[in-house]
Amino acid sequence: MARREQVLLALSIGLLAAAALAYQVLLFRLLAIVQWHQFAAMIISLALLGHGAAGTALALTGHRLLPRFPVVYATCASLFAVVVPICWAVAQRLPFNGLELVWNPGQFGWLAGLFLLLSLPFFFAACCFGLAFMHARERIAALYAADLLGAGLGAGLATGLLFLLPPGDALRAAAAAGAVAAALLPAPRLARLALPALALASVAMLPGSWLAPRITEFKGLPRALQVMGAEIEAEYSSPYELLTIVRNDMIPFRHAPGRSLAATSEPPRQLAVFTDGDSMTALTAWDGRRESLGWLDETTSALPYQLIERPRVLVLGAGGGAEVLQALYHATREIHAVELNPTMLGLLRAQLDEPRVQLHRGEARGFIRTDREAYDLIQVAPLDSYGGSGAGVQAMAESFLYTVEALTDYYARLTPGGFLALTRWEKQPPREGLKLFATAVESLRALGVNPQTHLALIRGWQTSTLLVKKGELTAADLDRLRAFCELRGFDPAWFPGIEPDEVNRHHRVPRAWLHEGAVALLGDDAEQFFADYKFHIAPATDDRPYFFHFFRWPLLPELIKLRGQGGLTLLDTGYLVLVGALAIAVPLSLLLILTPLAALGRRQRYDARLRSGTYFLCLGLAFLFVEIACMQRYGLFVGQPLFAAVAVLAGFLVFAGAGSFVASRVRNRARALRWAVAGIVVLLLQTLALPPSPGIVESVAGRVILTLALIAPLAFLMGMPFALGLSRLAAEAPAFIPWAWGINGCASVLSALLAALLAVHLGFSAVLWMAAGLYALTVLVWPEPGYDVSSATPRDRPGSR
Amino acid sequence: MPRFLAHALLIVCAAPFMAATDEARYATERKALLAEIQRDAAATADATGRPHFSARVMAAMDAVPRHRFVPPRNAGSAYANRPLPIGHGQTISQPYIVALMTELLELQPDDVILEVGTGSGYQAAVLAELVARVHTIEIIAPLAASAGKRLKELGYRNIRVKLGDGYYGWPEHAPYDGILVTAAATSIPPPLIKQLKPGGRMVIPVGTPFFTQDLILLRKDAKGKVTTTSVLPVAFVPLTGDR
Repeated sequence: MARREQVLLALSIGLLAAAALAYQVLLFRLLAIVQWHQFAAMIISLALLGHGAAGTALALTGHRLLPRFPVVYATCASLFAVVVPICWAVAQRLPFNGLELVWNPGQFGWLAGLFLLLSLPFFFAACCFGLAFMHARERIAALYAADLLGAGLGAGLATGLLFLLPPGDALRAAAAAGAVAAALLPAPRLARLALPALALASVAMLPGSWLAPRITEFKGLPRALQVMGAEIEAEYSSPYELLTIVRNDMIPFRHAPGRSLAATSEPPRQLAVFTDGDSMTALTAWDGRRESLGWLDETTSALPYQLIERPRVLVLGAGGGAEVLQALYHATREIHAVELNPTMLGLLRAQLDEPRVQLHRGEARGFIRTDREAYDLIQVAPLDSYGGSGAGVQAMAESFLYTVEALTDYYARLTPGGFLALTRWEKQPPREGLKLFATAVESLRALGVNPQTHLALIRGWQTSTLLVKKGELTAADLDRLRAFCELRGFDPAWFPGIEPDEVNRHHRVPRAWLHEGAVALLGDDAEQFFADYKFHIAPATDDRPYFFHFFRWPLLPELIKLRGQGGLTLLDTGYLVLVGALAIAVPLSLLLILTPLAALGRRQRYDARLRSGTYFLCLGLAFLFVEIACMQRYGLFVGQPLFAAVAVLAGFLVFAGAGSFVASRVRNRARALRWAVAGIVVLLLQTLALPPSPGIVESVAGRVILTLALIAPLAFLMGMPFALGLSRLAAEAPAFIPWAWGINGCASVLSALLAALLAVHLGFSAVLWMAAGLYALTVLVWPEPGYDVSSATPRDRPGSR
Repeated sequence: MPRFLAHALLIVCAAPFMAATDEARYATERKALLAEIQRDAAATADATGRPHFSARVMAAMDAVPRHRFVPPRNAGSAYANRPLPIGHGQTISQPYIVALMTELLELQPDDVILEVGTGSGYQAAVLAELVARVHTIEIIAPLAASAGKRLKELGYRNIRVKLGDGYYGWPEHAPYDGILVTAAATSIPPPLIKQLKPGGRMVIPVGTPFFTQDLILLRKDAKGKVTTTSVLPVAFVPLTGDR
């Protein structure tokens, strides 16, 4: 192949890889807006099987397509451009309703339709890559490097683009990049110019309204907009989320979750803020008069203010500012509030012009770990909406706010006698309140503090508030707590010396489960209680940060039996959606991997096919295991989850691309593989042993750069084994290249789903251990007798003597 | 062409009979649903405090044609014991939950009831079978209009539908013997508690569309003191071996 053609092909592949990854990033954003997050993750995971399907299709038909490579390549790349926007436009019009899945099995059909449609772009892009690998097999490792580099850049660019454009429009840019990639290759004029031009025209002509997200009607935003008088005041789109501000002067929002039933006041004028079309929070317009904030003293979260005078307060998760206003009502000395979302922070700043309040941008854990100040009260507000926690949609969302380590961090920042207050949604039977209590007990015990005398827990009809005092709760504290509960109609569930007749009096529940649970957790048989409780309420840790995961398998048959009474409402759908996705992905992957084997076996004899297949499977699984575990580890380190995710995703791809490129030039593949794998295992063990501490570097930018520096050597080495394997296959059995490519595609899908599931049950450390094991396995499973590729002489060849 | 005409004629002639068979089918399905609801009621006796639902409530459930309250494309599932979408992001509740909420209100024939959140009008119709008057408020204009029309067509003369803000209740007809707040609320509006008669009961389902998690039963005693109870609609105990 001419040098120029090689360069153009590499460029085209890089560009298409960037477009495909951008499509993936944008699709996640779009699906998170129109659907619930857990379905977004499931649909994308399954749609990525399009990669695997392309490998299978090429393994079966590639030898017939290869003679017309330039035309087929340009056609597939152009088709990618055409289907990216069209498939999205059609997919979001399918009447899929995730909430109805438990009631209506017919919804599974629509779900299948969704993921098949959205997998088409991945299919066409992966066809291009696979074909190019077959076509230019002597440069296969270098092309793979171009693919990784392009994908890495695509991840970064797509995120950047989301700051400038709404996701629907950004999708057009990704599609257009695909069309340009089609035009780069030297091909007959029809294929090189006409097809991409047609594709571009179709992308440009699609009306914007077809691409703009159509949010499912059951999310909070569309429901609020149905109410007469509702209008959208503003909309802010960013890679973080879509924030929509809704005003309704006719039927005002009166968002006051968890407010006492004895309340008499009415909240002042509010604007509703929806995140990704759901999770409503309210921005309250404050007229500066203390009286107009009285309603904020009628919630369980107002409890700590009854026990402490003029505190210096830290609010973690300022959100719409309710906790900040609550602090203002209670005549606090000084208020610091931390909010991750810059848009939300801006809105809050515009509403709150008050010298006592200082707003900080940051993630709660990141802030608390780098901040050196001490506070009399740290308030952690429930930032997710009641509805969100309702159907278990967050079950698989990682949260570092409510882990044992988090509570230890908060406790460390309290002044002596200070309070930590955590408010959560209260459900029947109790889950969140009980799990949080268990977390506090474990955290205090680890610090050598007696939890019995330092904890208090109260509940209203909708929320529960847990107090952790740095110091023992005094008789005066308890008198005030009792008086507050009596006045507001709240029920204490635990405080030192609580009597059985003090619980379950105001808002009566079938049995005082929260109180009984708290007593059990403080006793010696907490482990037995965890085992006996039907929901998973053992504390979350930074290694297993799934506070919202309550599902245990024995629940499933019981709740299915209680279906007619609405028993399924007690299920965490998030976990089951993940398991369901895996249950679909495993047989589909097997089908995609095994089908071409039969056909290939007839055409070409290759004894090492099972060994090589296992090799590529291990690599596909291991790569994403490491990437996903690192996203978690560095997410906590960087303190800005989005930046960390992009840095890790793009960093891994780019550095792995560099590794692949170097691998394309090595002389002794076997030796290079051994060294690379040894290096990977050592670096993984080092990552496990030495988690980065955020205290090292002050600024977020500094921590992002350090993250990139830390992952660079690991990712570089991780880029080598796949490229080495591909070049070996190119030499030994080129017909099997697309098959290996397909295995990689399927393994990536399985890996992402498995990593999440393993992290839930075993933790992210276990995921890293397994990755190390899988890499070690690659050396053993498909060993290549070492010989110099470039100067291979009969002497070096295996079996030549 | 003549063949086409013959087909058309056949369909036109058969239509009334088909409608009649549909009605008969719905009636059969409704009976089966009622039996299922009673079984669920028996199963959840510990949680709800009601071993079976009263004959009056069940008769009301039998009298209301639920298939007239769901969109035509879902009419086939009208008597399945499940919530159904009715458009505008709203749902018609699961029949078992409707029966349970009605039961919890302990209605008397001369009661006056307020409902906040009319939706399709189904719950209002069930209530109207049991009490003197039902006042119902809906905040979504098209739903208020369609429910009003539907209830009128079905001949309910004791239901009044109003389009408006449910927060302040409907003071003109207050006080009420019972109040049902089916619209999702993050807090229980104080004006509604005020409009409840001493001795009256209020029921508030808590949850999200398609997922009713528990029911809040608010009681106002003769002296006006308010207590609330969380009623789990499901026979579920969170500790193993604790039944």
